[in-house]
Amino acid sequence: MSMYFTIAVIVLVFVVIFQIAKASEYVAILKGEEQSAKQANKINGFLMISFLVLGLIGVYYCHEILKGRILGESASVEGEKVDEMMYLTIIITGIVFFITQILLFWFSYKYQENDNRKAFFFPHNNKLEVFWTVVPAIVLSVLVVIGLRNWFIFTGEAPKESLVVEITGKQFGWIYRYPGKDKIFGKKYFRNIDPANNQLGLIWADNKEANQTADPAAKDDIVMDGGQMYVIKNRPVKLVIGSRDVIHDVGLPHFRMKMDAVPGIPTTLWFTPKFTTKEMKEKTSNANFEYEIACDQMCGNGHYSMKGIIKVVTQQEFDAWSVTQKPAYFAAFPENESGASPAVKPIADSTQVTAAGIAKGQLTLK
Amino acid sequence: MSNEEILHAQTSTGHSVEASHHDHHGEHHHHETFITKYIFSQDHKMIAKQFLVTGMIWAVIGGLMSVLFRIQLAYPDQSFPFLETLLGKWAKGGHIQPEAYYALVTTHGTVLVFFVLTAGLSGTFANFLIPLQVGARDMASPFMNMLSYWFFFVAGIIMLSSIFVETGPFSGGWTAYPPLSALGSASPGSKTGMDLWLISMALFVVSSLLGGLNYIATILNMRTKGMSMTRLPLTIWALFFTAILGVLSFPVLFSGFILLIFDRNFGTSFFLSDIYVNGVGALPNEGGSAILYQHLFWFLGHPEVYIIILPAMGIVSEVLSTNARKPIFGYMAMIGSLFAIAVLAFLVWAHHMFVSGLNPFLGSFFVLLTLLIAVPSAIKVFNWLTTLWRGNIRFTPGMLYSIGFVSMFISGGLTGIFLGNSALDIHLHDTYFIIAHFHIVMGVAGIFGMYAGLYHWFPKMFGRYLNNTLAYIHFWITFVGAYLIFWPMHYEGLAGMPRRYYDYSNWESFKMFTGLNEFISIVAMIVFAAQIMFLINFFYSVFKGRKVTSQNPWGSTTLEWTTPINPGHGNWVGEIPEVHRWAYDYGKDGKDFISQTTPVGADESNH
Repeated sequence: MSMYFTIAVIVLVFVVIFQIAKASEYVAILKGEEQSAKQANKINGFLMISFLVLGLIGVYYCHEILKGRILGESASVEGEKVDEMMYLTIIITGIVFFITQILLFWFSYKYQENDNRKAFFFPHNNKLEVFWTVVPAIVLSVLVVIGLRNWFIFTGEAPKESLVVEITGKQFGWIYRYPGKDKIFGKKYFRNIDPANNQLGLIWADNKEANQTADPAAKDDIVMDGGQMYVIKNRPVKLVIGSRDVIHDVGLPHFRMKMDAVPGIPTTLWFTPKFTTKEMKEKTSNANFEYEIACDQMCGNGHYSMKGIIKVVTQQEFDAWSVTQKPAYFAAFPENESGASPAVKPIADSTQVTAAGIAKGQLTLK
Repeated sequence: MSNEEILHAQTSTGHSVEASHHDHHGEHHHHETFITKYIFSQDHKMIAKQFLVTGMIWAVIGGLMSVLFRIQLAYPDQSFPFLETLLGKWAKGGHIQPEAYYALVTTHGTVLVFFVLTAGLSGTFANFLIPLQVGARDMASPFMNMLSYWFFFVAGIIMLSSIFVETGPFSGGWTAYPPLSALGSASPGSKTGMDLWLISMALFVVSSLLGGLNYIATILNMRTKGMSMTRLPLTIWALFFTAILGVLSFPVLFSGFILLIFDRNFGTSFFLSDIYVNGVGALPNEGGSAILYQHLFWFLGHPEVYIIILPAMGIVSEVLSTNARKPIFGYMAMIGSLFAIAVLAFLVWAHHMFVSGLNPFLGSFFVLLTLLIAVPSAIKVFNWLTTLWRGNIRFTPGMLYSIGFVSMFISGGLTGIFLGNSALDIHLHDTYFIIAHFHIVMGVAGIFGMYAGLYHWFPKMFGRYLNNTLAYIHFWITFVGAYLIFWPMHYEGLAGMPRRYYDYSNWESFKMFTGLNEFISIVAMIVFAAQIMFLINFFYSVFKGRKVTSQNPWGSTTLEWTTPINPGHGNWVGEIPEVHRWAYDYGKDGKDFISQTTPVGADESNH
């Protein structure tokens, strides 16, 4: 019922506006077209300058309302560089924005049609044109230099002491893998994936048909389907990113980082967390605060729900957590666990994962 | 034989020569049926109107889709029974379902980018203005021109039909990245809906190529006597570069689509490797690269945004100059910057892929080239501002939209400097910041260019005026509304709020924007209503609008205003006029304007 009412009101408003517009056209003809065109010109000229003033107030007002909701301080050391660059770019573009917008609407208002003024014939001026070609070029060069310097830091090799964690996207969740006590990620192959007990397809057994030999490094790998990824405060963490099905994206808004997860093509990303999750809960005075991993690449109908959690903890907390973790191989085959107690040694010092180890882990065998 | 004599000979042997030739070839009076005049017409003006009306229909469909998905974003936890009435199982219980939400988002993007802002904008104004402004009786190949429209029409029908298939239309985003778009098992929208999407887009590419080749041929070969390239209005220059961009980049997109069709249907592995789909198991494909598709897609995808914005720039340059009663400032610089943008457009595509796993070293070149594009863009903005300076400005509706375009282009262009810098893109990529950026600089600015052109050339198209009062209301609601919708989205993006999310309420990091999302949705609905008002004005005025009584209502210098008020097929009665000067002699030597057809006088000053 209320729907028909709404429709009726909308139609009525349309009809009224339309009738007024129609009437104003007749009035224009009666008054003389030139006269009414002049009047319309004055109104629109006034609206131009009003738009400028109200618009600038609106920009300020919008900023006041929303500035508190844009994540605050970066939670990673590298993110600080992103923020610095962001502020610099905002200042530079802001200056250009205000100058050009003010000129645009001020000129529109000031030079509106007037019988006493003749338009100034001014087809070109080389000095002016060179000036506003060169100045933007210089300013942009500065931004490019700063940007690329940061870009090469972000995408460069992760520091040697980094904690390495593998993260694999699937519809619609994240699988985390730690290399275990040997600090080497075992080999995996996607045809070995078993949703019951081998989410990543680790190569645990020989398979003559597929020409695979069991990789001992795979037997102590810790695999978590869902749950939370634990990383350590003030210690760089390197993510080795992959996907099992379609393209996903590891989006880390608080750390100011992001990288696609592409099936068949491993990517990496590293950053240094500055605050533990607990500290962030206090900083944001939000008891529910979590470092959320948001999937940032359209990956299907559950895209919006593809969430992961990163727990940033202290070294002690991390050690305590890691002793409770069990290699995926033993979870899958509990009968093999007897006498294999060393497997539950802390994996805290699992830093020296060599690049070769990772590369080996990514190899697929045919 | 001079150019126009050849043309004359050509058109007079054609079968649909209209009244304009009667003085010379009275014997060629052919009766035009409804079908040859309005449907399978080969008159560039009628084809332009066909593109325009089809584009409008698609704009309404695409716009309505955005209103529907904005309802979901504004009120994720409320139920609207009328949605179930409208969408059936796609809105079970009055809630738009995720699959419907993603289908709406995807179709909205595809339709607006390709059908409205490419076909609707270029198709309309290239067809309408090129022959009229270069002084030609029609396009180089009117028949190809007609085919171009009909390929577009069929593409549209197929896209429309995909909405009604059981598994729904394609729902993986307008960029259609595989593997999602390649695997029906990964998303229901990637089943039949995606096949139809691909067929439709392939036909659309054919349409664009037929049109583009025609535009280039016409501009290069069919200019009237005296119309050298440097006397062309900037609209024509812009449409010329647009057509070149399209002809060189659409085939690359086409190749990507062909490979995708093979991957989907014939078991190849161009884009697929190492895939295990939940509930299906491991797929046989190995060795492909998902990133390859992104290269092929963005090699068109980036020039595409210039295909959209260049015609708008051309139209705006023309309308600003005419209504400021001043020559466009820096005509040669304007052409130079169009050229620079067109060249750079081919060298920046990978800035869409900074976080795709692209080699970072390669990425750094794209940072440099991307930010370089800001230089010609800045030149254009400063030249437009200088054109307004010390003018004598008439705020016709077309002029208002042109000023609005410049404002939008500044706002949206500046945020491009953020996104083009990979070290910032690493935070802003695929958030609402990019939504705000491209909607302002491509969507809104493109539409503003289109409106500027429509209001300006409506009298030439239909021999009538639009209602001015409605036009002013339409402009101010749309202009203010567009800023209210997209400005706050920058803040959502700075907070990292991802695009293409159906519901944010479970996210601790993003749920503080619920109120803002509702505000944006309400404004979006009001702006949509204002566009409906424009359509009413448009169709009412086509039939009942105030009649145009003078040949040149805006006091314009260009050739289209030397044709009769309602030009027939062939455009000019008798000889095509000869051109003696550039298109921007406004306010010269104390004269309000000097038409391009006026010979240069002995006492005239040089500029």
